[in-house]
Amino acid sequence: MTDAKYFTTTKKGEIFELKSELNSDKKEKKREAVKKVIASMTVGKDVSALFPDVVNCMQTDNLELKKLVYLYLMNYAKSQPDMAIMAVNTFVKDCEDPNPLIRALAVRTMGCIRVDKITEYLCEPLRKCLKDEDPYVRKTAAVCVAKLYDINAQLVEDQGFLEQLKDLLSDSNPMVVANAVAALSEINDSSPSGVPLVEMNAPTINKLLTALNECTEWGQIFILDSLSNYNPKDEREAQSICERITPRLAHANAAVVLSAVKVLMKYMEMINDTEFVTVLTRKLAPPLVTLLSSEPEVQYVALRNINLIVQKRPDILKHEMKVFFVKYNDPIYVKLEKLDIMIRLASQANIAQVLSELKEYATEVDVDFVRKAVRAIGRCAIKVEQSAERCVATLLDLIQTKVNYVVQEAIVVIKDIFRKYPNKYESIISTLCENLDTLDEPEARASMIWIIGEYAERIDNADELLESFLEGFADENSQVQLQLLTAIVKLFLKRPADTQELVQQVLSLATQDSDNPDLRDRGYIYWRLLSTDPAAAKEVVLAEKPLISEETDLLEPTLLDELICHIASLASVYHKPPSAFVEGRAGLRKALPARGEGGVASSSVETTSAHPSVIPSHDTLIGDLLSMDLNPVVQTAAQPASGFGGGHVDLLGGGLDALLDVGGGGGMSQAAPPPGGGGLLGDIFGLGGGDQSGATVMPKVLWLPAVKGKGLEISGTFSRRNGQIYMDMTFTNRAMQTMSGFAVQFNKNSFGLLPAQPLQVPAPLTPNQSCEASLPLNTTGPVQKMDPLNNLQVAVKNNVDVLYYACLVPMHVYFVEDGQMDKRVFLQTWKDIPTQNEVQYTLTNMSHSSDSVVQKMQQNNVFTIAKRNVEGQDMLYQSLKLTNGVWVLVEIKIPPGGSVYTLSIKSVTVDVAAGVYQAYENILRS
Amino acid sequence: MIHSLFIINVSGDVFMEKHWKSVISRSVCDYFFEEQKKISSPVDMPPVVATPHHYLITIFRNNLYFVATTTTEVAPLFVLEFLHRVVDIFEDYFGECNETIIKEHYVIIYELLDEMLDNGFPLATESNILKELIKPPNILRTIANTVTGKTNVSCTLPSGQLSNIPWRRSGVKYANNEAYFDVIEEVDAIIDKNGSTVFAEIQGYIDCCIKLSGMPDLTMTFVNPRSLDDLSLHPCIRFKRWENEKVLSFIPPDGNFRLISYHISSQSIVAIPIYLKHYISFREGKLDITVGPKQTMGRQVEEVSLEIPMPKSVANCNLTASQGRYTFDPVSKVFHWDVGKIDITKLPNIKGSISLGAGAGPVEANPTVTVHFVINQMAVSGLKVSRLDMYGEKYRPFKGVKYITKAGKYQFRL
Repeated sequence: MTDAKYFTTTKKGEIFELKSELNSDKKEKKREAVKKVIASMTVGKDVSALFPDVVNCMQTDNLELKKLVYLYLMNYAKSQPDMAIMAVNTFVKDCEDPNPLIRALAVRTMGCIRVDKITEYLCEPLRKCLKDEDPYVRKTAAVCVAKLYDINAQLVEDQGFLEQLKDLLSDSNPMVVANAVAALSEINDSSPSGVPLVEMNAPTINKLLTALNECTEWGQIFILDSLSNYNPKDEREAQSICERITPRLAHANAAVVLSAVKVLMKYMEMINDTEFVTVLTRKLAPPLVTLLSSEPEVQYVALRNINLIVQKRPDILKHEMKVFFVKYNDPIYVKLEKLDIMIRLASQANIAQVLSELKEYATEVDVDFVRKAVRAIGRCAIKVEQSAERCVATLLDLIQTKVNYVVQEAIVVIKDIFRKYPNKYESIISTLCENLDTLDEPEARASMIWIIGEYAERIDNADELLESFLEGFADENSQVQLQLLTAIVKLFLKRPADTQELVQQVLSLATQDSDNPDLRDRGYIYWRLLSTDPAAAKEVVLAEKPLISEETDLLEPTLLDELICHIASLASVYHKPPSAFVEGRAGLRKALPARGEGGVASSSVETTSAHPSVIPSHDTLIGDLLSMDLNPVVQTAAQPASGFGGGHVDLLGGGLDALLDVGGGGGMSQAAPPPGGGGLLGDIFGLGGGDQSGATVMPKVLWLPAVKGKGLEISGTFSRRNGQIYMDMTFTNRAMQTMSGFAVQFNKNSFGLLPAQPLQVPAPLTPNQSCEASLPLNTTGPVQKMDPLNNLQVAVKNNVDVLYYACLVPMHVYFVEDGQMDKRVFLQTWKDIPTQNEVQYTLTNMSHSSDSVVQKMQQNNVFTIAKRNVEGQDMLYQSLKLTNGVWVLVEIKIPPGGSVYTLSIKSVTVDVAAGVYQAYENILRS
Repeated sequence: MIHSLFIINVSGDVFMEKHWKSVISRSVCDYFFEEQKKISSPVDMPPVVATPHHYLITIFRNNLYFVATTTTEVAPLFVLEFLHRVVDIFEDYFGECNETIIKEHYVIIYELLDEMLDNGFPLATESNILKELIKPPNILRTIANTVTGKTNVSCTLPSGQLSNIPWRRSGVKYANNEAYFDVIEEVDAIIDKNGSTVFAEIQGYIDCCIKLSGMPDLTMTFVNPRSLDDLSLHPCIRFKRWENEKVLSFIPPDGNFRLISYHISSQSIVAIPIYLKHYISFREGKLDITVGPKQTMGRQVEEVSLEIPMPKSVANCNLTASQGRYTFDPVSKVFHWDVGKIDITKLPNIKGSISLGAGAGPVEANPTVTVHFVINQMAVSGLKVSRLDMYGEKYRPFKGVKYITKAGKYQFRL
């Protein structure tokens, strides 16, 4: 009498038969029929046609039958929404049932029926169940809120269910608390804003910690996960939470252990007490090791996380190397992860053990694993210098086995060892050459070719060896082709006498017969280099190579920190932040808390110290990309550029660099103190007529006519000298009486312009007398946005009256001296600013050459970052910075001999564009 | 959270599916099958597979794949632990868990799965609570149910569900009150060609079978609790007392459960109970292996067996064993020798020739020997229970402790 009988069918239509059985009068028969329906459902058959008949069975006292019908409903209600309404009454009635099991079952099932019409009826019963006297019902209801939120988030918010859910966090029953936490965190995850619904504060945390000790293992996971989102307010709090969580490390459930590890790893960042940290570190190792004796799937997840932990805090597991030794019947995914961690833990102290293990693995059966083991030996050599010799010996042993894939992997890693330790192990080259014929994988071939080219002078028959590769040049992988090209050029530079023919052969193969643009370009570059200046070619091709770094596969520190916050999650398995792969997740990214009690101060230290370590890696990447522009060779014709992309600017801007440097120097001199008559540079750049700095100064304009100024006439202008803004004014007394007691005051303005010192006008000012006054200004005053932006309202007081006027400050006086943006930063910033922030203007009737534009703008602190020529038009890329720190990036298009320049201005704050345009106009017309 | 569960057999049939949220088409399993094609052995199935819209989290047990799907960020260990729990519960209910059993009891299985998870959140995963909700099948009850029209589903809320001790139901009554403890230690070891230990550690468990009436409160003390520094405790154990006094104090669940599991790491010295003297050469086609006891404190080593996955080029073996039977499967190339007990006066030996297949190249890999053995009445770590006391109830229970040492992953490299 097993359930298998429900699968047997008769030839007469199955559905038809079930239908009649479901409508049978006999209870027993009905139940059996429903079971048959469920059986069909579990194996994936479509039995939705029986919907009305099954729903009819719902009204019953028999709990098993009721449950079965509910199971059916959950699966099919969506496909039959109108029919599903029929069930509503029974649900509502069941929610009032005296038996808590039935109340809970009803509210639970209703939440699973994802039909809009039903959810309307769900609200009232759910509200009641959230306040039910029985905790079992309450905890079921808590989960139901999350279900409802998934179906109709607005409804949940409108009905105030979130508030009720939050109240459950203070419930007396720990199981209810745990479910409320779980429901809230699920709602949080799916809410589009990602802003936490519940503010975690000390009382809430305390409640959670209390519930943690009493609830089920699953509840503990949810609570620990939400604790990991909390940032303790100080070190003391972090310590006390850590202490209360530590017992969870001894839990039998691996998920609880790992979630506890996550919280501890995160909070540890905040704790300065080294002794506390040491004790905690010691407590972390055993549970992590224990995870490795669980089921292989659990081991895998644990290993992926240990990989992160070892990178963050290598001390925790430094003595546990042996537990990562591979057992031959471990699943392959466990083996590969263990190997990775072994290399991370390898140090001088344990390298002997590690090496003998790796050698053992290299003779295993699984090809992937063997390959990785051989690579690991190479990585050890690079990581632990003292072991390099032993590693090389081991690799040689492995090469002697002549197992094809072992030899190939070994050669690939030996290439890296050569690069790390030049002139040390070249004696083994002859052994490597013996295996030349067996290499059939591109990477191994390329590596071998690299070795031959690099050490051509030590290999007598290098030319023959390379020639043998050359025969099948066209069939090779492009990686091998590129390597072969370079290797032969190297050989030629080292032994020009007898290899001329070979090099010509490869150059013609690369440039004429190949479709691969990379190969062709490299071929042309070499060709031109060799034909114009062999000495330069030598310098370029045989240049000293940078040493390869020890651990190339370390995660970037900021990413690592983020992932530490995601220990135990999918992110930790993929080693990617959740935002990178979880659908529709716009949530806030997590970051480790800052160390130290000072909070703000120390956190800024943390971020600055984190920054340099991140940016270099980014930098070197781009640096590599752009390193071409250091090559004098790259004087190729301009390529038709489509828009402002990637490295074009830099690639072609090579020639200008030198020029720019001079200009840059001039720019510096501007900033230098008194550029009086003496400075040579000052002379060169002091072209702007009388003005010493060369910066453009607008002619004085009448600001306050005498009629309005009660006899006082003020005209003036603004200028920037030695990094200081000046308001240069001429006061003329047109009145009949002497004036005295001058003072000046500015209204709040866009750039916070403020007199740096009191106005000094020689007083008294007699009638019809004029005097000059130069008022230094700074930009530290109160800021208020004006319209137009550069509007300034001034009040001048004298013994007669207070006089008001407004004037426009030419924008260029706000351009600061350190407005030269790094080339790479410029590129990045240009890309980062959205196109809607780009404003275009035209400047007409211009007659400058691009060089004079560069120079003129330079004198006004507008720095040319790059210049290129596209289809005869000169393009200038310039940057400038305003006193308030706003960067403005500008592209100017100067047609040959044309008079209409096109100006594209990009800035995060688009408001400044008009002013910048005006400044260009002013400067270039002056 | 867990969205759906698919149970798949090794030949790739999805024979059971359960959805806790909306229905996910079983076509999502196609990604699983794609992965499956890439692997050479079913155990190598990667536990976490990403598909464009779902994550498949898989365990492989009893030759079945249990594939859970999720759509959101979730703790994978939570899912894995849950899946293992599902299998444990099935085994607990039906004695074993395989395709036939699942198909036979699909209604109970379906009800169980529904009871264990709600909307992806675990609801009831304790065996004793589930058994109160859904009665395990037995023939007597099935017959009785057919006669009386009763069902396997209980109508009342399980008592343990919400108490502070969810692992124990109230009102337990036994005529004979008994408590049995098995201290089981598994030795994991890797021993290299020369017989030196590369790595050895002990994975220990205390499994209990407790049939005590009422609410007994037990304490267990050890002669030498020092060796237990890395252990996982059943939730019933009071952690504070363990930490301060090194005493296990607990109100036990009813029936069978694992009280603690512990780990004695590779850093302490682990006794190696068995050694191997071996000579194997594929070039000469010779094999000669002798098994002997090493540090067994005079106890007898039983149920010894050896397993060697031979290189692919081996065609056949022609050996004579001094005791026990050996087999060689020419398809899987697995050599198996069932040794039995080790007689110290005459150590078991097997020798003879191995023949390589025609045209087979040189043997590239050295095989590894996996050894199994059992030693009764000994815990290799030296752990010993000193006393067990019961409070809270008046009767005198019968108590028993048994020690067993077994091979875990015990491997010799040849």
